[in-house]
Amino acid sequence: MLRNRFLTGLCIALSLLTLFPLISIVILVIRNGLPLISMNLFTQLSPAPGLEGGGFGNAIMGTLVMVCISLLLAVPLGILSAVYINEYAPVSPVSSAVRFVAKLLTGIPSIICGVFAFAAVVMTSQHFSAIAGGVALAILILPIILLTSEQALMGVSVSYREASYGVGATPFQTIWRIVLPDAMPAIMTGIMLAVSRAAGETAPVLFTALFSQNWITSVFEPTASLSVLIYNFASLPYAYHIKLAWSASLVLVTLVTLTNILAQMIFSPKQR
Amino acid sequence: MSNDYTSSEAHPIQVSHETARPYELTDVVSPSKTNFIKVDDFRFFYGKKEVLHGINLEIPSRRVTSFIGPSGCGKSTLLRNFNRMNELIPGVRHEGDITIHGTSIFDPSVEVIALRRRIGMVFQKSNPFPMSIYGNIVYPLRIAGQGDRSMLDETVERCLRSAALWDEVKDRLHESALGLSGGQMQRLCIARAIASRPEILLMDEPCSALDPIATAKVEELIIELKRNFTIIIVTHNMHQASRVSELTAFFYLGNLVEFDETRKIFTNPSKLQTEEYITGRFG
Repeated sequence: MLRNRFLTGLCIALSLLTLFPLISIVILVIRNGLPLISMNLFTQLSPAPGLEGGGFGNAIMGTLVMVCISLLLAVPLGILSAVYINEYAPVSPVSSAVRFVAKLLTGIPSIICGVFAFAAVVMTSQHFSAIAGGVALAILILPIILLTSEQALMGVSVSYREASYGVGATPFQTIWRIVLPDAMPAIMTGIMLAVSRAAGETAPVLFTALFSQNWITSVFEPTASLSVLIYNFASLPYAYHIKLAWSASLVLVTLVTLTNILAQMIFSPKQR
Repeated sequence: MSNDYTSSEAHPIQVSHETARPYELTDVVSPSKTNFIKVDDFRFFYGKKEVLHGINLEIPSRRVTSFIGPSGCGKSTLLRNFNRMNELIPGVRHEGDITIHGTSIFDPSVEVIALRRRIGMVFQKSNPFPMSIYGNIVYPLRIAGQGDRSMLDETVERCLRSAALWDEVKDRLHESALGLSGGQMQRLCIARAIASRPEILLMDEPCSALDPIATAKVEELIIELKRNFTIIIVTHNMHQASRVSELTAFFYLGNLVEFDETRKIFTNPSKLQTEEYITGRFG
């Protein structure tokens, strides 16, 4: 009895301990980031070194643009690959290879994605650009989208497929009219998770999109992002820039958390 | 290899007409002259395992025929061959032939898509699509390229009336089908199965998940539907077989033991195995 209580207590204590770092991060970021939060942060450019005032609207914009580019590349590829390996050829060498490589890719350090995009896009185009950053992020999130989409498709009841084939539907009709719509909420959850992952990454955009002090006017030019702004400003010797870095952290954490919560709220409970 | 169910060229099962045994009348248990579906020395394999051992059977038109037998006897497997649903499972093959109106369903000229439109199927677990009641019924028409609104409306009403569901759902046709009760869902599946005006209706234990009241409704419906359809029903419920069907086939361990008029099967079966199963001594 005593032993049982002791073990229960231990489990509770240890679970609280795991919460501790997470909560301290949130508290630290809020305490340091909150004082500077105002509309200016979202609408203005950063001040020159040593000066004060202004914000990081261009970095928020840049992050959004690069996340969108990565989604444009990775979502169709990921979903269509998942459809192929789960619906058309579940047991084929190609499918096994795709599955294996996707699982490998999830474990690849994000900086490697950056290095690859640097070599493939920056070196060939001779430009740091939002496109290069988007490509790096796309490589990072492609396996996430592919694997969650595959899980989502696997979760679609066999009885729907039987019903569809039973009335004379082709595999194409069954997939597009029945299987994909039913799997869509779960696929969207995967996409939202990918968005929050891509928005928060620094390494892939560090030397692909580089950074910029100005608003983004074209996807072919160096582009600011929140994560790189934090990295750059935190290492500057100016108090105001360090404060801006804290505020940028708060904005980034909020964005990522909101995306996650949104994904859970909108898409998780399947309407059955 | 891609799972291409549509193209008859890529069809994985080869029918060899040369090796098919000539049709022998003596093999066939035939209670009726008006045969329609003819199963000819049909063998079926899951991988290396033979689960149907040379079935010969003639099923008449516009009757209800029930398949009975203990679990694993092959009755559902045979049923799912009539519309070639078994081909969705990798690694299956067959020998022998099944003909409908004298045409082999395995003939390379037969498109499996067209075949399945001619043969409706109702499954053990009701499986309406997660869409509206209306959307469920017009699905077979829409995938066939039918987009005419009035034609779709007409079909929805006809099918729901045939499935004795119209009065219950006519005011909520555009609500989700998943809000229906279990019995209503199964009747909706029957309505969907007859939407493309098939000749044959296959039912794989359609009442096994329903309560007695819903079961009674579906049984009434089956008796009503046989005027227009040839119905084959697989059932574990022998009372059901005796209530709804005119002909009964008893399967055991992959063999067709006896096929006769339901009345005879249940009162005076000619095989000992049938009698033992009917009276509950095994199975």
